[in-house]
Amino acid sequence: MTMLEDSPAQSTGSTAQDSSTETKPRPKARRPFRWVLRGVVLAIIGWATGVALAIAIRGGSPTDEIVVIVAYVFALIGWLAGVGGIEAFGRQWIGKKPQVNTDPSWGRYFGFSIDHKVIGIQYGVTLIAVLLIGGLAAMIMRIELASPGVGVVDLDDFNKIVSMHGILMVAVAVAGVLGAFGNYVVPIQVGAQDMAFPRINALAFWLLPPVAVGLLGAPLLGSFNAGWTAYAPLSVVNESGQILFNMAIITFGLVSILGAINIIVTVITMRAKGLTWGRLPIFTWAAFSTSLLAFTVTQFFAGALVLVTMDRVVGTSFFAPEVGTSLLYQHIFWFYSHPAVYIMVIPGFGVILELTTTFARKPLFAYKAVVAAFLGIVGLSVVVWAHHMFTSGMADFLHGPFMILTEAISIPTGIIFLSMIGTLWQGALWFRTPLVMAFGWLFNFLIGGITGIFLADIATDIHLHDTYFVVAHFHYTIVGGAIFALLAASFYWFPKITGRMYNEKLGTLFAIWVTVAFNLTFIPLFWAGMNGMNRRIGDYPDAYAGANRFASFAALILGASFLLFVWNMLYSAIRGPKAGPNPWNARTLEWLISSPPPTHNFVKEPVVVGAPYDYGVEGSVHAYFKDPDPAAPPEPTTEDVSAEVQDEALAESQEEVS
Amino acid sequence: MTTEAAPLDTSHDATHEEWHQDTSFQPRANVLGLWLFIISEVFLFSAFLAARFYTTGTDRPDDLNQNLALAVTIVLLISSVSAYLAETSIKFNNRRGFIISLGITLLMGMIFMGGVTFELREAALHFPPETPYGSSYFMLIGLHAFHVVTGLIALLIVFVLGVRGFFGSTNSWGVEGAVKYWHFVDLAWVFIYPTLYLL
Ligand code: HEM
Ligand SMILES: [Cu+2]
Repeated sequence: MTMLEDSPAQSTGSTAQDSSTETKPRPKARRPFRWVLRGVVLAIIGWATGVALAIAIRGGSPTDEIVVIVAYVFALIGWLAGVGGIEAFGRQWIGKKPQVNTDPSWGRYFGFSIDHKVIGIQYGVTLIAVLLIGGLAAMIMRIELASPGVGVVDLDDFNKIVSMHGILMVAVAVAGVLGAFGNYVVPIQVGAQDMAFPRINALAFWLLPPVAVGLLGAPLLGSFNAGWTAYAPLSVVNESGQILFNMAIITFGLVSILGAINIIVTVITMRAKGLTWGRLPIFTWAAFSTSLLAFTVTQFFAGALVLVTMDRVVGTSFFAPEVGTSLLYQHIFWFYSHPAVYIMVIPGFGVILELTTTFARKPLFAYKAVVAAFLGIVGLSVVVWAHHMFTSGMADFLHGPFMILTEAISIPTGIIFLSMIGTLWQGALWFRTPLVMAFGWLFNFLIGGITGIFLADIATDIHLHDTYFVVAHFHYTIVGGAIFALLAASFYWFPKITGRMYNEKLGTLFAIWVTVAFNLTFIPLFWAGMNGMNRRIGDYPDAYAGANRFASFAALILGASFLLFVWNMLYSAIRGPKAGPNPWNARTLEWLISSPPPTHNFVKEPVVVGAPYDYGVEGSVHAYFKDPDPAAPPEPTTEDVSAEVQDEALAESQEEVS
Repeated sequence: MTTEAAPLDTSHDATHEEWHQDTSFQPRANVLGLWLFIISEVFLFSAFLAARFYTTGTDRPDDLNQNLALAVTIVLLISSVSAYLAETSIKFNNRRGFIISLGITLLMGMIFMGGVTFELREAALHFPPETPYGSSYFMLIGLHAFHVVTGLIALLIVFVLGVRGFFGSTNSWGVEGAVKYWHFVDLAWVFIYPTLYLL
């Protein structure tokens, strides 16, 4: 069924691995939660120490902002030490050998594991949970907005819920594909046995739970109501929950930066023999390009929030209306947050192109142009930030250049579109859930991109700024572009990660359901925005009632679709039929090893000899595994299995469950 | 196997046939990783420098303590030289030179921090954080001081390990990393000092 069986790529090692997982009893977890527990205990001790220390020096109460900051830092250190930092780093600082968690049971997901596959799953599961929590906030908002007037939540609470929803979702979009699949897939695609800095990789993940706790705990201090953008001067004068927001997001910045550096170094220094830059799988290119952005500009968000924090607790006056200027905040913030939208979406491009070529059974169209487009976006995206500030009162002469530069980004983005369409063109399309999701993605992102032009155009933006048109635009780009890619990736790599196949019928049903419901929810909001409905307000004039009622109804249907997704993932991970090493008959390295991969990914050394996506090209091989025995040089074999054959094979394996 | 934390698998046992990626990439990876981290930090500093110019242009008050600033600047520059000597010493396996140079670096760093703390207290009287220049001043000095302190902690760990006999010509990455970071802290000051005191 797969190319593995008749190619030298089929190493005895991987089959052995496959069968051994069936016979070997699963190892039992022994006290799996003790590391997390120790982390929590040390975090609480750290918090108490911080509070005591700060109060001893400065006086005040535990809810004073300076005390909260000190306590947060101490708690963070306690947490990191507790979950495994003591063994993984601390020991080294006193000259001993570091230790890490190598629990073979499911308990490893709750410890300081340095296996990039474990870390990828940790990211994935954590962020999907955050996505669902953010989704609940969205449901509450849509219920409030279902009719004019103040209903289930009052206007002040509404602002807090919007802000919470916004920042949680932004975090998922920024870290979702890169954290989960960047970690899981990139090292395998480059033929490495792990990341370049496995311990720092683990550290970055374990910084994530404090981010979630900080954000979700902010309501204890009055929550934050300045939006995910945390614009000053509101963020300087609102309730103390803003401080937790600031600390959590600065921590989150660290997660991004450490993760990005790890990916860059891994791709540069650890590629397998023969894996030249021109043979790098497109998803790896995407993760690499994104990381170039993430490891640099992220500091600007942190910087902006540090300034806000200083204004709040040190008494500086960067954003105080009399002395400073809130435009400063917007410049620094958007210098990160515009590139951030590409940090969200470039990995999505990678996922979608990766699976388009696999399911179209054709080489990726214009591979080199796509790589150039990725890098072009990286370059351009740092010089367009002020298109978010056309109505903010910045100097007039800046408007024109920022408009033109912004519109120039459509060129590389267009190339990626053309590549996808060119790959689909006359392909032997094999309709599986990932491809169906990819079609949904194509449609959504097209609308997102086209509506962006109206926002980049100064004349139209002056009317559309801060209306629901913007809301609809960025949901089409972020949900349509990044979250849809995250979902598509979840289906695409599900068999690799779990070793089992998800339920295809339910998967396709979900893909169609989520695409339709998403469009029904957000299309009416374009209309509302064009007619002047303001964003971030829990109430609106009666004129918009119809569109909003419709959108709210559709949003509930959209929310419900995720139950289906979660069910399919959970059930299939436990009960799904065995998937085998390469159910998609794909060619990148991760599909040439068993599912799930062995601990160190490769039992034999991978050697890359050709392009990754030469589907249907006679005699083409991407990679083979070198035999330890040098006497047997491998021979390239033909790989041209038609889509229909695989379809049948898959249908068979599907039947076994039902 | 149990859930006990196990030693990090750095050396590979040759008892089984499995392929193990050779670890020759690691030194390169370490250096590259550190450089990327430093570039990332450069962005943070440039955000803050940009904020200074954006809010107050090149204004500065007349009552800055120029002499003290010049003195701590010289101290910090000397510490970079001694840090460099420490690194070269250990690469040539000169332990004594290594310990002494590193000790000087630490001392200089602490003198710098002392000077800066003194300056901050003075500054709070002349141009408190509420004033436009004061905002930039406290922000930049504070950010830099934070980096000096982390740098000093790193150097201190290296120093203690060095005294206990760690490091040698073949095992000097710890020293190299801490020293590179210290150079960066120095370099940042080379931009901050003129921005606050000279322009
Ligand atoms: C052709 C490409 C694009 C263009 C020309 C474009 C243009 C714009 C412009 C001018 C705005 C500011 C509107 C305003 O506030 O008045 C905007 C907002 C936004 N865009 Fe885009 N955009 C594009 C693609 C994207 C992508 C790919 C994403 C995300 C993955 C994205 C996410 C956002 C977000 C989050 C906002 C709103 C931020 C906020 O105010 O909260 N955009 N877009
Ligand atoms: Cu933008």
